[in-house]
Parts: sequence; structure tokens; C-alpha cells
Amino acid sequence: MIGLTHYLVVAAILFTMGVLGIFLNRKNLIVILMAIELILLAVNLNLVAFSAYLHDLVGQIFAMFVLTVAAGEAAIGLAILVIYFRGRGTIAVDDVNRMKG
Amino acid sequence: MDARLRGNDGEGIVTSILFIVFLPLLAAVVAGLGNKAIGFVPAKVITTGALFASCLLSWPIFLGFLAGANTAQVVPVLTWIVSGDMAVDWSLRVDQLTAIMLVVITSVSALVHLYSWGYMSEDPDQPRFFAYLSLFTFAMLMLVTADTLVQMFFGWEGVGLASYLLIGFWFRKPSANAAAIKAFVVNRVGDLGFMLGIFGTFLVFGTVSIPAILAAAPGMTGSTIGFLGMRVDTMTVLCLLLFVGAMGKSAQLGLHTWLPDAMEGPTPVSALIHAATMVTAGVFMVCRLSPMFETSPAALHVVMFVGAATCLFAATVGMVQTDIKRVIAYSTCSQLGYMFFAAGVGAYGAAMFHLFTHAFFKALLFLGAGSVIHAMHHEQDMRYYGGLRKSIPLTFWGMMMGTLAITGVGLPAVFGNPLGIGFAGFHSKDAIIEASWAAGQPGVWFVGVLVALITSFYSWRLMFLTFWGTPRWVASEHIQHALHDAHGHDHAHDDHAHGRHAHGHAGHHADEAHANPAQAEDSGDRPSTHGPAQQDLPAGTGGYHPHESPWPMLVPLILLSIGAIAAGFVFHGYFIEPEAGETFWKGDIAFREHLMHAMHGVPTIIKLSATIAMLLGLFTAWYAYIKSPSFPAAVAGQFRILYRFLVHKYYFDELYHLIFVRPAFAIGRLLWHRVDEQTIDRFGPNGSAWVVQLSSRLAGRLQNGYVYTYAFVMLIGLTAVVTWAIAQ
Repeated sequence: MIGLTHYLVVAAILFTMGVLGIFLNRKNLIVILMAIELILLAVNLNLVAFSAYLHDLVGQIFAMFVLTVAAGEAAIGLAILVIYFRGRGTIAVDDVNRMKG
Repeated sequence: MDARLRGNDGEGIVTSILFIVFLPLLAAVVAGLGNKAIGFVPAKVITTGALFASCLLSWPIFLGFLAGANTAQVVPVLTWIVSGDMAVDWSLRVDQLTAIMLVVITSVSALVHLYSWGYMSEDPDQPRFFAYLSLFTFAMLMLVTADTLVQMFFGWEGVGLASYLLIGFWFRKPSANAAAIKAFVVNRVGDLGFMLGIFGTFLVFGTVSIPAILAAAPGMTGSTIGFLGMRVDTMTVLCLLLFVGAMGKSAQLGLHTWLPDAMEGPTPVSALIHAATMVTAGVFMVCRLSPMFETSPAALHVVMFVGAATCLFAATVGMVQTDIKRVIAYSTCSQLGYMFFAAGVGAYGAAMFHLFTHAFFKALLFLGAGSVIHAMHHEQDMRYYGGLRKSIPLTFWGMMMGTLAITGVGLPAVFGNPLGIGFAGFHSKDAIIEASWAAGQPGVWFVGVLVALITSFYSWRLMFLTFWGTPRWVASEHIQHALHDAHGHDHAHDDHAHGRHAHGHAGHHADEAHANPAQAEDSGDRPSTHGPAQQDLPAGTGGYHPHESPWPMLVPLILLSIGAIAAGFVFHGYFIEPEAGETFWKGDIAFREHLMHAMHGVPTIIKLSATIAMLLGLFTAWYAYIKSPSFPAAVAGQFRILYRFLVHKYYFDELYHLIFVRPAFAIGRLLWHRVDEQTIDRFGPNGSAWVVQLSSRLAGRLQNGYVYTYAFVMLIGLTAVVTWAIAQ
């Protein structure tokens, strides 16, 4: 029987992978965008799981909102990324260090 | 002349003295701040005019005192310091002693200002020079009009400053800077003594007012005071401390080393500051405080012995110098010694008298030497002079009067001659020598007579080497320079005038065979005159024509000549004759009437001694430098060690270099490297800078610019906060 715990564990694993994807990533910015998506999906999974467990639809409605926002975020993120590539000619994460003190 | 015309009422003195003292200051400020903006001529006119005005105002005051028409006045100017018991006012004291100094200072200063019109005419910094001269005059006048020791100290330091500025006037010349610093530093040593004396005086008497101190001094006789852990006689220690100050300023033995070096300054400065006025400040101080010195026989003995030692020392060194200015500088030192031992035996009147006459004839000698140097294209070495009598006759006669005055030519009052008559130095120097015998100091008397002989020798040596004999000019670098560069004397002074170049200036002279004077002097082996090198050279002019100085330089020579001739004869009654002196001084200095009486009672041979010594000196100089010119070289060769000793000025400079200068440099270097650089800087500013640098580099490393790192740190923080919140 698959219970609430299983959902929560999967969501936690996904979330952790997303976070690590941001921090350990040395490749390029697209991976970071993907990792953010992963984090949002983990959150959505939690919302839906609790919604079903508590018999409360608010959680599922909220998950729909998150999906919408995630789509917008992905669009804007990709747009920034394209502009950034035009400007710098690279999207390698190690090169994005203009804030160096 | 009638006293009514010349005599001043009190009101007249009050107005005059303010003008006398403050006109030079005003002129110095205008010329100094105006500098090149107001132009050369206005600066010179203002300063010279102010000095002549001061001079013209000073003489009536002096003559008024002579005629007995004036009384001592104190003119208050400002309140300066009021602190507890101490009250110091700016006030100008005018009495007999001050009046003498006033005419000496303002007359010589005015003439030196005038002389400088000619001597400094090619200098690009003339306004500065004249401003310094006037500033010096102001400070010197402050010194002599002082009513308190503190004000005297102000003037004392003021003249020291002006002296420093003027010695180092040609500041591009390293030797001038060194000489200026040396003068300043050596004077500091004396000033320390003077300051301690002032502090001690205030401690003992509770006041710094000179009249109050002098009035209270006899009451302190015999009391003791703790000084350096010992009980010592109060008045002796105070007098000796003050005398250390006088020694520094008046270049007495031990603190004399700065005076010969001070000749690096322009010659008018040497005449004004280092002959006629500033160096006599010590004598003035001792005379001003004479009632105080009278209370301590021990201190007077020290003054006498230091004076006599300086007198002899400087005269012997003067015999072998070859630089014309240095001969006169040592002569000055020696004459100051005369003044001090006169004061030491109690003949303050004679000391002041010699100060007075010396100012005229020594200023004359210096200005004459300046005129010779001017004519000889800034060559100062007498070995390259000779035969100048015909070329510059007026300078020659001026120098002649000065020499006759300093050597004391005159007819002593013996063998039925009722009244001694002679040049200025005759009256004053003989008075000192007679006073030393009359005071029961035959040893000092002997030194005095011996120095009179030596004085006569070196003065005539200077005259003979410069004005007699055959010209030896061609060997001089300066003359060669003039001949090669200028093709005549019209532009002889343009480019390298006033010694801006070092003595051993290379350039055009590489091919010249002769050694330069500095090297010859250092080697010490070579006789100072008529050395083999010169005899090999063709004696001659080299085609150079010395030219007589312009009128601004000759007029002071003529006027000072009159002073050198007449100052002794005209004024000796007032200064040293028992009755007239008592009337004149009126207790202003400690005038020992019985000593002055005793002077007249000395044996005939004593009265004649100075004159005989003078004639012997003259004869020796004539024999050595006219009759038999090889004689000095032979003597120098015979007494080589003695000669070296004298040429090296008794090794005083070397000794001081060893004892004071080198340890001072070593301490300085130690403090600089070990203490300052390696300790204070290392752990202080440099250390803290290093810590800041290091920590900022560490902090900077955190800021690597990767957004994900910042996010990671935020996440860690967030986690920590959440954990903490849950744990609560």
C-alpha cells in the first residue's frame, strides 16, 4: 500500500536533488533552471499528497497555481538565458562571477 | 657741542626708541613678504632707509647719555606673559649700556645694508637678503633693549634664527647649509645653559626683571642651592649657567666651532652678525648682569680664564689660516676673548669699550675683505692675492685703517706724553691689558700681551699677503674662471658669482695643474704660504685686472674708517676714565672705580707692553712676508707637528666629530632602523595594516561571485534558523 510517507519521501528526494543540482552544478545555467523546476515539482507533489490525505481541495488548486507560475518562470528564465548568451557568449556557470568581491 | 641741542627729554626717547626698534621689523616684513613682487629696488630702499632712520635716531640718544642729559627710561610696549608670580612685559629699556649697543647695531647695520647694494647686486634673491638683515637688526635691538631675561632670550633666539638664515642664505651650496646647521646646533648648547640660568634665576629671585634681579643679587651672596645633587653657591651656579649662554653666542673656547664656519655666509653678513653685533651679545649680557657677576668671584674667574684661553687659542689659529675671511673670523673670536677677560677682571667699562671700538674696526676689516673678494672674483685664499695695493687703493686704505686699529697703533701715555693717543684698538685693548695687570692677574696680563703680538702678526700678515708682494692671481681657479669666461672684468661676476659652485668646481679647470686651496689646506704638510707649488708658477696677474668696488661699498668703508680711527680717542674718557666713567655709567654696570684708578698707576713697562708687542708682531710679519718670503715655509717645516696642530685648529672639529657628531649619528641611525622601522613601524602602522589586509583578503575570498554559492550559504542559514526554531 502506498501511503502518505512514500509520497513525502519521493518529494524530499526530488527536492534534495533539485537543491544539489543548483549547488553542485558546474555545467550551465539550463541545468539550474531544470533543477528549479525539480524543486517546484517536489513542492507540488507535497501539496497534492497532503490534499488527498486531508481531503482538502485547496492544496490541489494551489498546485495548479504553482504549475502556472513554474511555466512563466521557465519562460522568463530561458529568455534571460538567451539574452545573457548573446551578451557574454557563454552560459557556463563558472563564468557567471561578476559579483566577485 | 652743547648738550641742550642733543639732549633728549624722556618723551623724545620714548618716541625714538619705538621707531628705532620697530622700523627694521616693519622693513623686514615689507621686504620679506613683498619679496619679488615689490621688486629689488623698493625692497632695498625700504630696508636701508629704515636702518638709516634708526641710526639717525640712535646717535642723539647716545650723545645725550654722554652729555649727561638723558636718564635711563623703560618704555612699556605690551603685556606679554602673566602667569602666577611671573609677569613679563614687552618693554624697551634705554640706558647707557643700551645706548652704546644701539649706535653700534644701527650704525653698522645701516652701513652693511648700504654695502650690500654693491656686494649683492648680482644676487637673484636680494629682497630676501635685505629682509633677513633687517630682521636680524630688529632681533638684536630687542636683545639689547630687554628689560627682562625672557625678552633678552627672545632677542637672543631671534638673532640666532637670523644668523642661521643668513649663513645658509646661499642654500644651494651644501657647505653653507652645513655651516648654518652647525651654528644653530652649537648655539643650542649655549642656549640650554642660558635657559637653565633664567629658570634658576626665577627660582631664586621670583622674577625675571633684570633691574629687580640686580638689586636683589647682593643679598644672595653666600647662599647655597641644590644643583645636580650638590650644594653649591647660588650666585656662582646662576652666573655660570648664564655664562654658558654667553659662551655659545660669543663663540668662546669650546663653543667657538661654529664661528669660522659661519663665514660661508655672504661677507656683509659676516661683518654685521659675526663680527660687530651678534657675537658681542654674550659680552653685552655679562656687562648687563655685571652686578650679579660681581657677587660671585668664582664665576668671574671662570669668565676671565675662558676669555683668556679663547683669546690665545683663536689668535694662534688665526696665524696659519689662508682664507682671508677665516683669518678675520678667528681674529673676532680672539677679540671677544679680550672682552670676556676684561669683564672677568672686573673692567666692564673696558669690555664695553672694546666691544664698541671692535665693532667699527672689525666691520671695516670684514667689509674691506669683502671688497677684496669682490675685486678678486670671489677668490678668498690669500695665497692667490698679492700686490693689490695699487689696484684697489681705497679698499687698501680702508683695510689699513682697520689693521692699524685692531693692532692698537698709538702713542702710549708715558715718558711725559700726558695723553695716550692712537687708533681705536689702541685705547680699548691697552685699557684691557692694563686692567688685567691692575687687577692683580699677571698671568692673564701676559696672555693679553702675547695675543697683542700675535694679533699684530696675523693682521699684518693678512695685509702683506693681500696688498704687498707680487701678484699671484694667475694660480687662482676663480681668476682663471673669470679670464676664460668673461674676457675681461665687466661680466666677471655673472654666472658663478657668490660661490654658488663648490670650491673644487670641475669643468673648465681639468687641465689646471695647481691644487685647489681646500686640498692644500687639508694636506697640512704644505706651508700655508709661498709653498713650492706657487713658486714654480709664473708669478703674475694672468692678465686679470682687479677693479675697485662700486661706491655703495666704498662709502661704508670710509665711514667705518673714521670710526676705526676716532672711536677710541673720542670716547675713551666716558667708558674707562675713573671720574667720567662713573658719571657716565651711573651704576648701570658694575663700574670699579678703584680698578680704573689703578690702571693709571701701573708701571711704565706695563703701559708700554702692548705697544711693544704690536711692534714685534709687525716686525715679524714684515720679516716673514716681505723681507724673506721663504721664512714661513722654513718655520712650518721645522715645527711640522705644531704647524699641523694649528692648521687643524687644535683638532677641535675632529674631536667634536668623534665625541658628539658620530655618536649622535649612530644613535640616530639606531633609532631610525631598529626602533622606528623595525619595532614601531613593524608592529604599529605596518602591522595593523598587514592584519587588515590579510582579513580582507580572506573576506574577499568568500565573495567569489557565484550566485549558487550565495544561495547555498542562504540555505545553510535558513536550515540553521529552522532547526533552531523547531528545537525551541
